Amino acid sequence: MNDMTTTSLQQSEFKIVGTRPARPDGVDKVTGRAKFGADLYLANMLVGKVLRSPHAHARIKSIDTAKALALPGVKAVITAADFGDLPSEFIPAGEMMVNFKDMTRNVMAREKALYEGHAVAAVAATSEAIANKALKLIRVDYEVLPHVMDVVQAMEADAPLLHEDMYTINVEPRPAKPSNIAKRVEFALGDIAAGFAKADIVVEREFTTQPVHQGYIEPHACVASVSEDGQAELWCTTQGQFIVRSFCAKLLGMEVSKLRVTASEIGGGFGGKTVVYVEPLALALSRKACQPVKMVMSRVEVFQASGPTSGAKVWVKMGATRDGKITAAEAVLKYQAGAFQGSPIQPGCMCAFAPYDLENVKVVGFDIVTNRPKVAAYRAPGGPISEYGVESVVDELAQKLKLDPIELRLKNAAKEGTKAAYGPKFGPIGLVQTLEAARAHPHYKVPLKANQGRGVASGFWFNIGGETCAALNLGEDGSVTLVAGTPDIGGSRASLAMMAAEELGIALEHVRPVIGDTSALGFNFLTGGSRVTFSSGMAVIEAARDMIGQLRERAAKIWEIDLKDVTWQGGYARAVRDPAKKPLSLADLANTMGKTGGPIVGNAAINAQGAGPSLATHIVDVEVDPETGKTTVLRYTAIQDAGRAIHPSYVEGQMQGGAAQGIGWALNEEYIYDAKGHLANPGFLDYRIPVCSDLPMIDTVIVEVPNPRHPYGVRGVGETPIVPPMAAVSNAVSNATGIRFTELPLSPPRVLKAIEAKGASA
Amino acid sequence: MAKQHVSTTVNGEPVEFLCAPEQTLLDVLRDELHLTGSKEGCATGDCGACSVTLDGRLVCSCLVLGAEVGGRKIETIEGMAKGDELHPLQKKFIEHAALQCGICTPGVLIAAKSLLERNPDPSETEVRYWLAGNLCRCTGYDKIVRAVMDAAADMRSA
Ligand code: FES
Ligand code: FES
Repeated sequence: MNDMTTTSLQQSEFKIVGTRPARPDGVDKVTGRAKFGADLYLANMLVGKVLRSPHAHARIKSIDTAKALALPGVKAVITAADFGDLPSEFIPAGEMMVNFKDMTRNVMAREKALYEGHAVAAVAATSEAIANKALKLIRVDYEVLPHVMDVVQAMEADAPLLHEDMYTINVEPRPAKPSNIAKRVEFALGDIAAGFAKADIVVEREFTTQPVHQGYIEPHACVASVSEDGQAELWCTTQGQFIVRSFCAKLLGMEVSKLRVTASEIGGGFGGKTVVYVEPLALALSRKACQPVKMVMSRVEVFQASGPTSGAKVWVKMGATRDGKITAAEAVLKYQAGAFQGSPIQPGCMCAFAPYDLENVKVVGFDIVTNRPKVAAYRAPGGPISEYGVESVVDELAQKLKLDPIELRLKNAAKEGTKAAYGPKFGPIGLVQTLEAARAHPHYKVPLKANQGRGVASGFWFNIGGETCAALNLGEDGSVTLVAGTPDIGGSRASLAMMAAEELGIALEHVRPVIGDTSALGFNFLTGGSRVTFSSGMAVIEAARDMIGQLRERAAKIWEIDLKDVTWQGGYARAVRDPAKKPLSLADLANTMGKTGGPIVGNAAINAQGAGPSLATHIVDVEVDPETGKTTVLRYTAIQDAGRAIHPSYVEGQMQGGAAQGIGWALNEEYIYDAKGHLANPGFLDYRIPVCSDLPMIDTVIVEVPNPRHPYGVRGVGETPIVPPMAAVSNAVSNATGIRFTELPLSPPRVLKAIEAKGASA
Repeated sequence: MAKQHVSTTVNGEPVEFLCAPEQTLLDVLRDELHLTGSKEGCATGDCGACSVTLDGRLVCSCLVLGAEVGGRKIETIEGMAKGDELHPLQKKFIEHAALQCGICTPGVLIAAKSLLERNPDPSETEVRYWLAGNLCRCTGYDKIVRAVMDAAADMRSA
């Protein structure tokens, strides 16, 4: 366990933290040099392709691969029979849980295909054309079963059952019959009935959200190479090379140390690259063929078989007094998990009312399976869905109470010392500061015209820490190589190098950060939970302090004085009692390290604790075209507590990117299935993520309420920005049209229908 | 079907390759020439990650067949910097933090360069519509648009 609470440097002393230097991987990325998942080519490399179920739900009676295997150029064919079955066992993986029994079935269907696009077999061949031909030669005998796509229908007693052995957990007594409801969760505080009795006004609404995909531009891709003696190399695009190693070793029955995983540059993940899909298949194919195998998903495969996050039904009821004190808050959340249990229902429940200081709270959640791809984490998994409902109801409360929506939030905002319904007492958090900054922002005063509306919403996300290693290797010339174990998804090499340089007191250009493969460091949990700048940053600072300790020892030895009389300051060892001794620089000590005791390496292996929640408030102005129902975003301002912004440009980038994804979720994005359970829009043309001309500039305000549990005050920032936009946009559209919307996305047809219905009834 | 022999010019250099009839220009650039700076995000012309110019015209290389490019001039991201001198757009993208993961960046840069060649003084709206074919899921486009406008200003005053 590690708990670094000492802040070694005060804000005024920072020389590098808070500046905006060029990122170390910038040139590689603007010149096309950077190697992503699909960019590796090895000699003798085969192409791997997956055969996927055309049915939403079907029993697999038999698979005949003989003809495919006989095709010249085909080197290996695999099915579920090539993977050992694994027992049901839940293992925490950051913000989500994994179960290997489900994971082995998700990467390759066993008894049943549970969604359109579910992998049923895979081939490796000498060319893509041959691999595709081989797929057509595989005969799968399916018994097509009735399917269920909708979360409410899936909960009904006579719904088609996905898993015959699934009995709802956390209900008393244990259900007599299996169902599609995997579990029930509940969080409560105070007395909900008494709270509602004190309310002067109650608002109760049911909301619907659709599954949305993370939409990373780089499809899943990997190259696996297993040698004849069972040693394996895997190159892949992932948010966590160590997690991929754990998962694949388990699925393939390999020893962890036999598998070396290298994380390529990653072309976006947003949570969607925290799981495995093609990686274990490529390893299994390579193990059979004894040749390297490359697998790259097509965009259709990405949509059909990876991600997304849950669609949901969200019921929210909140009561408040006339002067705007919220007296009770209740919610029931039904999240669809896709084909296997494990929706982000738990964090969804925990986040729902977290921004508020409430005495009486009750949240009940259900995790429900449907014939859709298994959901994966998506930026603040679960939070945006429940908070969309809550922030919409808070807006309506403000409207009914004739209170400014920021004012109402300020009256109820959680702050340091607030006890959250899910358990903990908050340390210093920055919601009040973001609300005050929002109220003071010029955006909030811009006059609105006809058909325009303004929406406000706040958002909360926990952030996590976890297992992290880092190393600083001192070069003989005084330059430093920083090795981190968390893939850099949006500029973290820059922020980590900045923290190392700051702590060592050297110029940033002397620190070269690299992301190590699984053989370079001890275990690292993945890039997720907004944990990298916090946890890897903490590890880097600790590694720098370790290195400084060694540097002081070397200086003491050279000067033949006591260690306690040597300080490290501004990049130099200094003899405190003897100012005449010329201070020794990092380079001086590096030059002589061979003679003073050997190589100098700063190491850290920590379990980072004390991640600080990050809160945000967003303001958005929209214009709704009454003729078409189309919503245009006119202005957007995102305000967030970053704790400490190490590289402010990349903090702003997280805020802007999260806001843009949230706008897509609010206005356009949704999975559309036909009656057969086939995805009708598995491509960027019809699954429309925001394009450049859809958006305005996204203004940002970084608030800094330092996290006392991080040496520099860092909180995670990456996930919170996707929490407020759905409610903010929906509130804005409601204000523009005078119609309260409760369903996403607010696509033109839906909005137009509501406008017309209102016109007809008026 | 037999492979075709194609002679063409890529980033000013003469290049020859063999390609199957179904291989796209993107497949050829990546799989045959190993110029992997052009990315495949969709293979259907919807994401712009594969953007290159063909005889000076901006195209999605996933929508062009390899067999079509004989005798033509192809420019890819690998040809954008001249020697050790980055193109102003490349510099401004780094300076403005206009990339996060960077997978869209080569395509966005090629598209932006092609815009500035036609319109050295684009408005924000013109930049946004020109780049509407280049998806970026990370940045929300704000810093991309700023970098393009700033590079344009620099290039005009150069
Ligand atoms: S890969 Fe060509 S447009 Fe997406
Ligand atoms: S920077 Fe990641 S898609 Fe644009």
